[in-house]
Amino acid sequence: MSVNTVKCECGHINHEGTVLCEACGKPIKGNQHIDGNDDKRVLEMRYEGSARRSKTYKRTIVDKIWAFFSSVKVGVWLIIITLILSALGTIYPQEPFKNSPLPASQFYEVEYGLTGKIFYQLGFHNMYDSWWYITLVAMIGISLVICSLDRYIPLRRALKNQKIKRHPTFVKRQRVVSSADSISDESFQKIKSEMKKKRYKIKEEDGHIFAEKNRFSRWGPYVNHIGLIIILVAAILRMFDVMHVDDYVWVREGETRVIPGTNQEYYVKNENFSYDFYDAEEDERFREAIENTSEPIPKDFQTDAVIYKVKGETVIGEEPELEEIKRGEIRVNHPIQFDGFSLYQAGNQMESEYDSISFSITGEDGEPVADFTFDTDEAPYQIELDNGMVVRIDDYYPQLEFTDKGPSSSSKFPRNPGIIFSVLENGQEEGERFFYLQEDVIGLSDENTMTMAVSDIETRSASGLTVKKDYTLPFFLIGAIIFMIGVSQGLYWYHRRIWIHPSDEGYLVGSHTNKNWFGMKKELSEIFEGTEVKEFKDQNELK
Amino acid sequence: MHKKKKRLIIRTIILSVMIVALIGVLYVNFSKERPNLAAGDQAPNFKLERLDAEGETLELNELQGKGVMINFWATYCEPCKEEMPFMDQLYQEYKDQGIEIVAVSVDSNEFVINNFYNRLGLTFPSVHDKNSTVMDAYQIVPLPTSYFLNPDGTINRVVKGPLTLERLEGYLQEIMPNS
Repeated sequence: MSVNTVKCECGHINHEGTVLCEACGKPIKGNQHIDGNDDKRVLEMRYEGSARRSKTYKRTIVDKIWAFFSSVKVGVWLIIITLILSALGTIYPQEPFKNSPLPASQFYEVEYGLTGKIFYQLGFHNMYDSWWYITLVAMIGISLVICSLDRYIPLRRALKNQKIKRHPTFVKRQRVVSSADSISDESFQKIKSEMKKKRYKIKEEDGHIFAEKNRFSRWGPYVNHIGLIIILVAAILRMFDVMHVDDYVWVREGETRVIPGTNQEYYVKNENFSYDFYDAEEDERFREAIENTSEPIPKDFQTDAVIYKVKGETVIGEEPELEEIKRGEIRVNHPIQFDGFSLYQAGNQMESEYDSISFSITGEDGEPVADFTFDTDEAPYQIELDNGMVVRIDDYYPQLEFTDKGPSSSSKFPRNPGIIFSVLENGQEEGERFFYLQEDVIGLSDENTMTMAVSDIETRSASGLTVKKDYTLPFFLIGAIIFMIGVSQGLYWYHRRIWIHPSDEGYLVGSHTNKNWFGMKKELSEIFEGTEVKEFKDQNELK
Repeated sequence: MHKKKKRLIIRTIILSVMIVALIGVLYVNFSKERPNLAAGDQAPNFKLERLDAEGETLELNELQGKGVMINFWATYCEPCKEEMPFMDQLYQEYKDQGIEIVAVSVDSNEFVINNFYNRLGLTFPSVHDKNSTVMDAYQIVPLPTSYFLNPDGTINRVVKGPLTLERLEGYLQEIMPNS
């Protein structure tokens, strides 16, 4: 037998640090300061006065760390700090969402001034992935586990070890108490049958009565914590691509692109992108509202998509062999799904690019000479005309802009094409030159005999798709369900106990509930109504 | 009584499991940020069609034994175009000493690449990364970015942004075989 135990006069051996004897409930001398008990006040019944060991030994480093995390105060502070930091991180956009070509080191200062600079320097621009934020959340998790273990285990033992016969002090110093000089057998029968009606479990020993119900309500917080820990584990699983992918891809009409987040295993083709607006004529009720807006109100966006899977191994850069695995439409909130991935309609650049531009050439006399079409993807070197002439493309700028060095392109996307053509008679090297820009054609020489005009323009849209894969949702769901079970178990049921203690001066009656004293008092008056037991007093209210 | 010892062991196990899990999470998070290609790493292999020689393809692995400069560029990137003449000048000088220069364009049309290449009379291999897959593999953020590879295929240096003639020459000398 260890020296670090306390033997109560009832004979029960308690652990060091016990406040109230586990068996009879007698306050253990010398330990009352732990829960702040004194002789005059109602007993502090927290954790049944059991020994929370973290409060007693602090010897090795492990014990010290354990004691640190076991403190509810520490846990609450960790939560408060994390909450405040999480809120601060939302003041300015996080780095992945800053939507600017500027690097983070400049962006925050340029955009938001001094506070932005501080935000960046404190590392808040990448907060939710930072090591210190993850460490804080993990510390909350550790605190949750240790706090729970350190309270659940002694509490369960104390509730298991409680005796029917308690020490008179324990009964007398409960919060709601009463007494009786004597109780007749008839009254005992009435009390017991009332208790049974209210689902109390009654135990008797030598005239002592102990009635208890809903002990499981005390486990609510611990069940709830298990749910929280499962949610934390699910959040960790999200970090792995196998479990969770969240990415974005732009696909132009007619284009096939690799789907990010799939290890270059899947490709998506945008066959057609269509959109629909609300029509003012369609419904009388909305006519006015629709006519009052300057911009049309989008009704639907749709991408007709084909999903391909790569066959065999390819070296990076090599054109892979693609196998069609799915074909269908992607509409807002109606994703296309394949092999655990979902593609959602998430963005659009409506008619933002030129797909092809058609031209007609007329001669000096106004007679049509020839027609041709320039395809911006193909961007051919020359186009042969029906009449044997050749149009040579001298220069092509997908997104034309003029700098001090002359015309140039600011991107690879044909958003504002500029094209310089030479129209050549067969075999010749020089011909009449034309410049297409801004949907118009100008001749580059006054001596041009022919004229060129734009006859048709085909534009195309780009569709923005989010790529999602999430196998972690079931874990979040299970965690949340367990969390709610814990909450309801602890909130909607009350752990209630009643002791009837025969002593020399008559009967002592004590009662305890872990919450809702009002309901307890009501239940007591129903149970003891019409018996010799006096009216119950709330010892807290008397003072 | 061994109870206290047992308790210490249990506490140590629980704490170490949780701390190991935390370190694991931090490690995964850190390595996810970007498994940055840096000096010393093996350069990822790629295979692209050559624009300057019809029908031929260029595979990086086949250039082992040579010091290779991979230059990522585009015609809509002005500083990229400015360093091209330097690259060509030094290519003429060093190509017989085991140096290879590969210009990877991320443009979308062959036309614009060839137009520029021919106008300047460039001579080093020109390849077209039409689907941006090589660009993704090499984590190209600004253009131009140049990778200098040792003869054994490892990365000697990554340069983000434009180069001057002097710096370029120095870097090429660093990766020259048997130097």
